[in-house]
Amino acid sequence: MLQIKELVAEIDGKQILNGLNLTIGDGEVHAIMGPNGAGKSTLGNVLTGRDGYEVKSGEVLFNGKNLFDLEIEERAREGMFLAFQYPVEIPGVSNMEFLKASLDARRKHQGLEELSSFDFMKLARETSAKVSLDAAFLKRGVNEGFSGGEKKRNEILQMMLLEPQLCILDETDSGLDIDALQVVANGVNAMRDGKRSFIVVTHYQRLLDYIVPDHVHVLAGGKIVKSGDKELAKELEAKGYGWLEGEVA
Amino acid sequence: MTQPVQPSDFQKRALSLAQQSSAPAFLQTVRQQGLDEFGQIQWPGRKTEMWKYTTLRPVEAFANAGWPADDVAADGEQLASLPELDATRLVFVDGIFDGAASDELPDGVRLFSQADESARLLLDRYLGKIAKDVDPARRNLFAALNDAWLTDGVLVYVPKNATLEKPLYVVHLSTAQAADRVANQRLLVVLEQGASAELIEHYLSTKDAKASFVNTLTEIHVGDNARLSHTRLNLEHEASSHVGAVHINLQRSAVANGFTLAEGGELKRLDYQINHCGEGAELTLNGLYLGRNEQHVDYHTTIEHRVPNCTSQEVFRGIVGDKAKAVFNGRIHIHEDAQKTLAELNNRNLLTSNTAEVDTKPELEIYADDVRCAHGATISQLDETALYYLQSRGIEPLQARMMLSYGFVNEVLETLPHEGIRTVLQQRLRQRFVGEV
Repeated sequence: MLQIKELVAEIDGKQILNGLNLTIGDGEVHAIMGPNGAGKSTLGNVLTGRDGYEVKSGEVLFNGKNLFDLEIEERAREGMFLAFQYPVEIPGVSNMEFLKASLDARRKHQGLEELSSFDFMKLARETSAKVSLDAAFLKRGVNEGFSGGEKKRNEILQMMLLEPQLCILDETDSGLDIDALQVVANGVNAMRDGKRSFIVVTHYQRLLDYIVPDHVHVLAGGKIVKSGDKELAKELEAKGYGWLEGEVA
Repeated sequence: MTQPVQPSDFQKRALSLAQQSSAPAFLQTVRQQGLDEFGQIQWPGRKTEMWKYTTLRPVEAFANAGWPADDVAADGEQLASLPELDATRLVFVDGIFDGAASDELPDGVRLFSQADESARLLLDRYLGKIAKDVDPARRNLFAALNDAWLTDGVLVYVPKNATLEKPLYVVHLSTAQAADRVANQRLLVVLEQGASAELIEHYLSTKDAKASFVNTLTEIHVGDNARLSHTRLNLEHEASSHVGAVHINLQRSAVANGFTLAEGGELKRLDYQINHCGEGAELTLNGLYLGRNEQHVDYHTTIEHRVPNCTSQEVFRGIVGDKAKAVFNGRIHIHEDAQKTLAELNNRNLLTSNTAEVDTKPELEIYADDVRCAHGATISQLDETALYYLQSRGIEPLQARMMLSYGFVNEVLETLPHEGIRTVLQQRLRQRFVGEV
């Protein structure tokens, strides 16, 4: 699915990723944990192509294609999805219009017909029910006035509609209460089909009780310093990141 | 000693055009006053505060202009392009009333030229007077010109506690025949105590329209407890020049809801003057302006709070791209007696190119000490984070920009009271932002 080789990237001249290596196979769930400032969010932003993040060296292959040859929107259409840590509010643009434009773009790229407005409405309503988001939120401006939990559920709603191949969840658990956390986790788990892969970026072990990862990595100082299975997350929860400092150097 | 005013070439021409027009005898007083006044007002230049950012050169280019032919009729295609509204439609073509294209005039609506005795009394009482109810230093010279050029107009009268049954939809169409011509439009609305009416003024051009100059003046008296909904759309061809003003006097506990939208042109200058004359009056005024290519659009709004306990809520937004220029001047003047005033003015601008220009100036002048006022003006670019968010969902950058621009204006459009007009405009603006119109 995804191969990241010796990735070096910087923002505003400051190097954040320092030769990161990571391989994600089809159907795998990888958790990435690490201290603040380790480069966790940068990884998601670099993979999706956000302006301001400059790739200095290294390579990323997404389904065999050189990711850096693709524009932001092309990566999305190829099946990459980032659930934002801070979803953006866009007043005046209805959530429905936004979701339809996204899905239209993805389907067109897949050689599928655009859904009719009627079919789309139906699908959007059904999907929003799955993430316990009242259908009224579809008519509001994108994330406009949504609570933190509603914004995150709206991200999962988008993910479920777009059916991406690779989902990157950037601290989706931050600011969520336990109910919302379960809704998000159920959404993710329902999408695990043995083919779709996930990168779950989080500070806390808690989310991984609900979304059980195949692999856990520690990102520190801009590279993966330790990898293991789900037990590693529990160890980190108990011991913190300090004991890994030697491995950063 | 003050220097005698030297009229500009346009002023001389305008005065001679006024002499070449004729009007019913009962309009002569207003016309003569306009003539006398217009010739005596110093033609504005760069140093004239009210015209600081807007040059009148496009108007000066009409120093050899004539009146349009009076037999131009709207053709079927032009009429078919108008939205189907559940409203009484009046059509003017190049300033001339087109009876064939208009609905039958309902009770209370008539042309000045068809005024009976009671209508003449109303004209005597209100015509020209509402526009003159301003600080003399701020007298609008184009309102004086409108008086001088007055030949006809539309009078709307709604008696006490009555309601104008259907919205009045006044269409002003400029055609190619109006090239190098001037046109004068006039509307007077009198809502008596407890009356209510909805008005829509729609200015547009045919596709082949060329440079023309339209001067418009709308005066509205909103009586005690009366309710007004007023929408004004300036969607003419970009070769056109339009200088227009809307003057509204609000009496005790009157409620006015105004909406205006202008697309830029060679020159678009629109003045709103609203006077709170009676306690407890409420005003909402929302507007949008859009400029592209080398268009110019200028809104000057003035709200006079002369009495206590009135409210004003004003929101204007603009999107300006290419080499276009927009001017917004929002003045709120709270007089010493106007205690317990609530007034808010917000102006936000989106610049979509490095060569576009916006000059915005909120002006709050407050002489009362117990008021709540807020104002703000911003000029910014499209939100890069929002663009990234849309693109990260597979949306093309061009479409993403369109969606964000549309969203920016749609927040204001959603306040438009008339659903039919709102839908038409939403459609048009979507098309505009993807470059289809």
